[in-house]
Amino acid sequence: MLIRRPSDILPSEITPREIYLNRRQWMAGAAGLGLAAAFPGWAEAAPLSAAKSPFSTDEKLTSREDVTSYNNYYEFGVDKDDPAKNAGTLKTSPWTVKIDGLVGKPQEIGIEDLIKSSTLEERIYRMRCVEGWSMVIPWVGFPLSDLIKRAEPLGSAKYVAFETANRPNEMSGLRTVFPVLDWPYTEGLRLDEAMHPLTILAVGLYGETLPNQNGAPIRLVVPWKYGFKGIKSITRISFVEKQPQTAWNKQTPSEYGFYANVNPNVDHPRWSQATERRIGEGGLFAKRRPTLMFNGYAEQVASLYNGMDLKKYY
Amino acid sequence: MQERASVQAAKKGFALPQVPKILVYIVGFIPAVWLFYAGITDQLGADPMRTLEQELGEWAFRFLIATLTITPLRQLFSVNLLRYRRAIGLLAFYYALLHLITYTVLDQGLDFAAIGADIVKRPYITIGMATFVILVPLAITSNNLSIRRLGGQAWAKLHKLVYLAAIGAALHFILVVKSWPLEPLIYAAIVAVLLGYRLVRSLGRKPAPRRRPA
Repeated sequence: MLIRRPSDILPSEITPREIYLNRRQWMAGAAGLGLAAAFPGWAEAAPLSAAKSPFSTDEKLTSREDVTSYNNYYEFGVDKDDPAKNAGTLKTSPWTVKIDGLVGKPQEIGIEDLIKSSTLEERIYRMRCVEGWSMVIPWVGFPLSDLIKRAEPLGSAKYVAFETANRPNEMSGLRTVFPVLDWPYTEGLRLDEAMHPLTILAVGLYGETLPNQNGAPIRLVVPWKYGFKGIKSITRISFVEKQPQTAWNKQTPSEYGFYANVNPNVDHPRWSQATERRIGEGGLFAKRRPTLMFNGYAEQVASLYNGMDLKKYY
Repeated sequence: MQERASVQAAKKGFALPQVPKILVYIVGFIPAVWLFYAGITDQLGADPMRTLEQELGEWAFRFLIATLTITPLRQLFSVNLLRYRRAIGLLAFYYALLHLITYTVLDQGLDFAAIGADIVKRPYITIGMATFVILVPLAITSNNLSIRRLGGQAWAKLHKLVYLAAIGAALHFILVVKSWPLEPLIYAAIVAVLLGYRLVRSLGRKPAPRRRPA
């Protein structure tokens, strides 16, 4: 396999996967492929071509193994290793995303068509979980704004609501006697947050289609918000006038707000948000690092919240 | 009183093969040794510190629950494991200590300002710390000398604090997780049953001390 430095490639160019992945990443990818037999969810992982993005961080990537084995995806269990073990049962093909509500062009798009008609980019983002840990993940996706423009939202549309697949037969976490959350998982963004260039719909990571445990076939990534805003396995995107209900906010409104912007100065009621542990950094003896305002994306997004009391709108 | 009761119960209990108490300690420390080894050799997953911290806490809780099962096992099933109770109780304390060290040293990096803020501001840490403080005098007095010095009744009274520690551990576990996952609730239910058993039994008993027929 040819491995070449990507120094002479424009961000706008579609770059073959073999070229833009550096050797370390490629080896992690190869290891992932080797494990595909053990994890049924990875069986269908297919390479994706994506252009580099100026929005990417140059921080050290979290290993593919950690990104795909340490997950919060309560539809498949509440332990971090549950999704990698259990998410293989989710059938991600065929898959359609329904776009409805206050739009000029309501539609239902098949995932293959969506990927084919989008310009995929690699976005290397920090991901900060509300639990106090973080990762650096090379997502492959496209700006949510691309899809929103295609749907032609009406002037009355102020918010975007998202819904995860609701399939008890395929999702073991939906079959528990006491539901952990009010299924299906729902999330939402203000329309200007949804239109922000940093907000993407991811269809892959590490140059391949998403493993099921990471939210295949399509998920939201909003890098300046806590990870739980990144709703997985999306089946429906609705444009609405009023702020939509979101799963964690319904579960515990005092702890999980609608906005959920990463903010080291506003603690979770039960734990501090001032610092975080970067997964895979230093093993057992890893030091905490300070959490950055808006997860380090303040320059791009702080203006969205001008004049807002972020302690009130947490 | 407890010791005498054990002798009496032992006579009518099952004839279980007796093993040296040191074996309880050796077996009891296997999880800790394995966890530290796995942690150092990068076998505890993506967030090894968190796994170590949680596992040590859970083992402390398991041993704490185990000490609370000794009496019902004896009273209801005539299974007498009383001679191992001290070892099991001390294991609970040692695991709680390792859990606390993991939190203060590995998790917080001995940042005492952050730890202090946690203890004051975070109910689950306040409760966890209080639970550990309760276990300290129990561990210190878990020896024959202390029983003699305090007298059996006072010693037994002091060690009733273990009930409070069990409640504290259950709350600590429930408060540390998001939503209501099953595992902490199962632990809490076990504690409720074990303490409820004692409550029901004490209510049903006459206030006068029990006497054995002559």
